[in-house]
Amino acid sequence: MRVTQGTFSFLPDFTDQQIHEQVQYCIDNGWAVSIEYTDDPHPRNTYWEMWGHPMFDNPDAAAVVYELNECRKVYGSYYIRIIAFDSSPGWESIRLSFIVNRPSEEPGFKLSRTEVKGRNIQYSITPYSSDKPQGSRYK
Amino acid sequence: MPDGDKKLDAKARYSAGVLEYKKMGYWEPDYSPKDTDVIALFRITPQDGVDPIEAAAAVAGESSTATWTVVWTDRLTACEKYRAKAYRVDPTPNNPNEYFAYIAYELDLFEPGSIANLTASIIGNVFGFKPLKALRLEDMRLPVAYVKTFQGPATGIVVERERLNCYGRPLLGATVKPKLGLSGRNYGRVVYEALKGGLDFTKDDENINSQPFMHWRDRFLYCMEAVNRASAATGEVKGTYLNVTAGTMEEMYKRAEFAKELGSVIIMIDLVIGYTAIQSMAKWARDNDMILHLHRAGHGTYTRQKTHGVSFRVIAKWMRLAGVDHIHAGTVVGKLEGDPATTKGYYDICREEQNSVSLETGVFFDQDWASLNKVMPVASGGIHAGQMHQLIHYLGEDVVLQFGGGTIGHPQGIAAGATANRVALEAMVYARNAGRDYLAEGPTILAEAAKTCTPLREALDIWKDITFDYASTDAPDFVPTTSVS
Repeated sequence: MRVTQGTFSFLPDFTDQQIHEQVQYCIDNGWAVSIEYTDDPHPRNTYWEMWGHPMFDNPDAAAVVYELNECRKVYGSYYIRIIAFDSSPGWESIRLSFIVNRPSEEPGFKLSRTEVKGRNIQYSITPYSSDKPQGSRYK
Repeated sequence: MPDGDKKLDAKARYSAGVLEYKKMGYWEPDYSPKDTDVIALFRITPQDGVDPIEAAAAVAGESSTATWTVVWTDRLTACEKYRAKAYRVDPTPNNPNEYFAYIAYELDLFEPGSIANLTASIIGNVFGFKPLKALRLEDMRLPVAYVKTFQGPATGIVVERERLNCYGRPLLGATVKPKLGLSGRNYGRVVYEALKGGLDFTKDDENINSQPFMHWRDRFLYCMEAVNRASAATGEVKGTYLNVTAGTMEEMYKRAEFAKELGSVIIMIDLVIGYTAIQSMAKWARDNDMILHLHRAGHGTYTRQKTHGVSFRVIAKWMRLAGVDHIHAGTVVGKLEGDPATTKGYYDICREEQNSVSLETGVFFDQDWASLNKVMPVASGGIHAGQMHQLIHYLGEDVVLQFGGGTIGHPQGIAAGATANRVALEAMVYARNAGRDYLAEGPTILAEAAKTCTPLREALDIWKDITFDYASTDAPDFVPTTSVS
């Protein structure tokens, strides 16, 4: 399967040039761009690990692409995403978030059902990879 | 001012009998509205021979303190304060029989935090008043002091996106079709296919409640099976608007509680449940971390005709106060009424922190929303993937695009239809961010994306010529003209 979180997961994976274009769009909008990685792609895993701080005063997308490739050297088998943060009043949240690196194999998620009263079912979603300890989930 | 329009002294004013409204104090051309006044702008069409100023004064009177004759008991009150004041009457640009009447209302006329109370005055008796042929509430200015007495949207656009983990593009939805007749089991199939294929949301239609062919509990259970299956298949947060509209509040609360118990992120209500019920559900939604979708069922009966009723921009303002998170606000290009400029006005009311006067989009007042959450507009009805560039151009990024037929009617099936829409959307946002002139190059951008997406190719082929090009019944009165300085 393919985890389709993020703004562009239904498009073919981006080249570094395409990533550069999107990042520059964010910077030109005044948003701070940051890089995050994880080996737990659960849809409600909000806090991926931060590869440094958001790059608040960086005017050049090339610096982000450089940092992304540094991150890939260490976490090349992880999910890595680019996030653009807008601190404007009334927003103060993320404006764009897209996956730029993913494991070569994505085993997907297990759906567990617990049957409770009244035909109700309680659902739980678990990434198959999370059976293994953090750090050894993807090759 | 002509002598006949002047206010009378107290003795003459309160002698028993019938007086013109403008002489009773409901016409004050020198009045300068206070920051705390509620202001309403009406389009009035007086009966033949009725003076427009008298008609405006009558509207002010009948929507505040007046009755048809003089009453001495006015003098037991601070009546000058409680009288609504018509302070400006302008001819409309395009119709000599219609006038714009501006009326200011003292804030103390209204109970805090109650749309029912506000509307009982502003659109109460006055719409049936005989001296008027027609009356339309065009816009309202709601003072900050009054706005702050309302909860506002339970969740708001920003927190909705955070909960869904979805940023940077419009959300995608579809209404399950056929809207009536599917069993719970078959209904859930449509939900599963559409969500798995790439949509964020599916939606009950306005009239899906609890009918013989599908009772509500059955629908909720099958839908949540579908939502969770799709979430596991994609790694994304998914939702389906479970319509909890019912005959009583008790029943709606019961259904909403069950939706919560099942883990749904969103529930839905219809506009026809009424303002108080909407406010109650908004409060419930805030208390239970639930996104609240409002379907504007019924609004066309009073919003569509330009001379009589209530403009949808006013309904949008009331609903932002009342506290819904989603509201259907037009598509521009789809099958339902929606002039582009007027629709932009509605979207601005839903999404901006502050609205500025913009006559070309039908917004007559500056409006400060005082940090009330933003409402996510929903575009639904006769839209398809081939219009993606126009949809993003007209409607922007913070909107739910709902392709019902445009998903379920796809020749290769529902999941393929959903995928076509998602790919078209992501390709268009990508192109926009990359600096392309996406509106002009839209068809090219879609054709390029379709090279690696067969479902999109098929969607573009089958719906390429579908447009709904009819004259609008509700275009703005004012069009921008180029000024020479």
